[in-house]
Amino acid sequence: MNLFELAPAGASSLELTLPVIWALIIGLAVALYVIMDGFDLGIGILFPFLREEAERDLMMNSVAPFWDGNETWLVLGGAGLWVAFPQAFAIIMPALYLPIIVMLLALVFRGVAFEFRWVAKPSHRIWDVAFAGGSTIAAFSQGLALGGLLQGIRVQDGKFAGGMLDFLTPFAVLCGLALVVGYALLGATWLMLRTHGPVEVHARRLAMPLLVGLLVAIAAVSVWTPIAFSRIAERWFRVPDFYWLSQVPLLTLLLAWSCRRGILHGRGLQAFASAVGLFLLAYAGLVLSNLPYLVPPSVTVWDAAAYPASQLFLLIGVCLLLPVILGYTVFIYWTFRGRLQHGEGYH
Amino acid sequence: MDTVFGLDANTFGRLQFAFTISFHIIFPAFTIGLSAFIATLELAWLRTGREHLHRLARFWTKVFAVSFAMGVVSGITMSYQFGTNWSRFSEVVGNVIGPLIGDEVLTAFFLEATFLGVMLFGWNRVPRGLHAASSVMVAIGTAISAFWILSANSWMHTPAGHVMRDGIAYPVDWSEIIFNPSFPYRLSHMLTACYITTALVVLSVGARYWVAGRFKTEASLMVRMGLAALLVLAPLQLVIGDLHGLNTAKHQPAKLAAIEGHWDGSKPADLLLFAIPDAAAERNRYEVGIPRGASLLIKKDPDALFPGLKDFPREDRPAVGRVFWSFRIMVGIGMVLIGAALLGGWLWWRGRLFESHRYLSTVAWGWPLGFIAILAGWLVTETGRQPWVAHGILRTVDAGSPVSAAAVATSLTLFVLVYGVVFSIGILYIRRMLRRGPQGAATAVPDGVPSRPLSAAEDAAREASGAPA
Repeated sequence: MNLFELAPAGASSLELTLPVIWALIIGLAVALYVIMDGFDLGIGILFPFLREEAERDLMMNSVAPFWDGNETWLVLGGAGLWVAFPQAFAIIMPALYLPIIVMLLALVFRGVAFEFRWVAKPSHRIWDVAFAGGSTIAAFSQGLALGGLLQGIRVQDGKFAGGMLDFLTPFAVLCGLALVVGYALLGATWLMLRTHGPVEVHARRLAMPLLVGLLVAIAAVSVWTPIAFSRIAERWFRVPDFYWLSQVPLLTLLLAWSCRRGILHGRGLQAFASAVGLFLLAYAGLVLSNLPYLVPPSVTVWDAAAYPASQLFLLIGVCLLLPVILGYTVFIYWTFRGRLQHGEGYH
Repeated sequence: MDTVFGLDANTFGRLQFAFTISFHIIFPAFTIGLSAFIATLELAWLRTGREHLHRLARFWTKVFAVSFAMGVVSGITMSYQFGTNWSRFSEVVGNVIGPLIGDEVLTAFFLEATFLGVMLFGWNRVPRGLHAASSVMVAIGTAISAFWILSANSWMHTPAGHVMRDGIAYPVDWSEIIFNPSFPYRLSHMLTACYITTALVVLSVGARYWVAGRFKTEASLMVRMGLAALLVLAPLQLVIGDLHGLNTAKHQPAKLAAIEGHWDGSKPADLLLFAIPDAAAERNRYEVGIPRGASLLIKKDPDALFPGLKDFPREDRPAVGRVFWSFRIMVGIGMVLIGAALLGGWLWWRGRLFESHRYLSTVAWGWPLGFIAILAGWLVTETGRQPWVAHGILRTVDAGSPVSAAAVATSLTLFVLVYGVVFSIGILYIRRMLRRGPQGAATAVPDGVPSRPLSAAEDAAREASGAPA
């Protein structure tokens, strides 16, 4: 499959490659966001299943030092989209207006709950609800937005030309549910990795049905998208592309098996790493289905690209700073490494 | 036309942006200064080993955590709002402003968000020096954030270093873009405002404790540090503000005319202390002012002329009343703060500061003033920029997204409800913590164990809420 056949004719090499590089960077930022904020949103989604105050304290403490840095990748993804692909940003944001607004508000509740819950004790129940509700609704809205994007956005003269509720379809709801289940699995396996005692036991028990749920959701989306969207069917089933694209479902099965073993044997690292792998594969699958379209079905990365000088200016910043950012991110995960015992915390 | 209650999507969008950014700015206004204060306390503690510095640092860090969380979640909303409600703006200026916001995320946002983890949770986990360094990183991160945001915002007021092609802005010279004409003034004005706001809160809180006879050591330190900062910064702000005004006169004459309530450019302008602008009649009513004072201030010559509002077509004039009065509120507060600082300074020099209960109990009420001044100032500058969203390039009315009025009316309602409830509660929690003070588990000294038992946090909270043990 030659993605570049959709590139504009007569483009300079900078104009050809910068958009692709930027698409990869944004793709990386979104992938990192989904993994990192995935498990801390997952903790919130799991809140209703662990009812003891001490257990909930422990769950929150397992992510408390990281949540803010994790959430920042969401801003980088959004800001990166604006910088590198302003036309796509200007189309996607209004098109997905309602799920994005709901997500932002849910994140407000989730974010403040991290601090308010401690300060409010012993009247913290309301912030338990805010944390759980905010996390779940944020995850669901992200899924809705994803589904809304995948199914295509109506564009006319380079601008969004559809209605405010275009995104709301059964497919988008499926994506929403898939993401809730997926984040919950990441949260559960994270707890298996990071805690000892009752919380770890609970997490292990929850992880298996969540894994099954996620696999069902991935299967559903994988079957739905080629049936509903002919452009995706063409992409996947065209020979000889089919032979190497089919590695994706095969790898998915492998990782699912590894995750299952990790859960069954209480091996937190294996379970978490495989769950992360599953997410990345599903993500890769979606990317492969849609490249080089940034706004399916009509706007490619080259159509939406910013002025090369702008893309280049920030690219230099990214090349300098991304390693630094990744460096101190690793530092903070290293600083707060180790398992939390029941009753331990940082506050 | 697509309207709800007679208002269109663009108007709702403006209300929503104004509402969300006003709430948002309150928190960085506090955390920029507070992070610097905490870093200073920690560094002083490292050097002197005095335990009350450590206690104070831990106490204020708890307050900081709550404020910072609210700043973060309200800030994420802003970055997405550029796209959701102002997509045309994003397209037109994206090539220029996009990289500035991107650099903010890369250089500042990640820095402060990550080291915040150590600052809040690493007291017992990392060596003292590393913890202090993390607090310094957070303080620097918040200031760098201000740098980029103010650069992007200033470009909207005084665009430079770009070229327009087919209605889209393209960058030509990045240093001209970043260091555009109004940027140095607006950055220094805002940063100083943030530090003044925090200094006033610290002074207020210290004064309150002192008058109540609580935490005498800490209170004395806070009063002195807060007052010292104000003595330097409040008069400095007057100078910066004046220079900023002169810059505005040069680049945004309509805004300056609105600030001064100056209609008739053919006569020298009075320095108006009070007036009721009447935009329809193009004049002011009930003027009280110093004759030719504005001409003196802005042109350094009482007979000099500068453009009045009538020199601009009606559609290029900002809303005079709002700009005029917000400016006077801001400057009024500034003058009060200078007066309070000078009085406090004189009492301090005379050795009577800590006996002056009248002074201290008055100052104890002053903590909201910095926030009000900041909000007023931002109203001046942003409302004064209208009808432009990017001066001379794009009008606000043309900058919106293709979204329905119903959708924006809905989101506006949700924001008002959520922000109103959540942030009010947050501010109440901060007040509660301040009332409780730097004592007990809120400031517990680390006992050398890698992680503290959860019960300590619970105890602190139960104490703070006054619940029975």
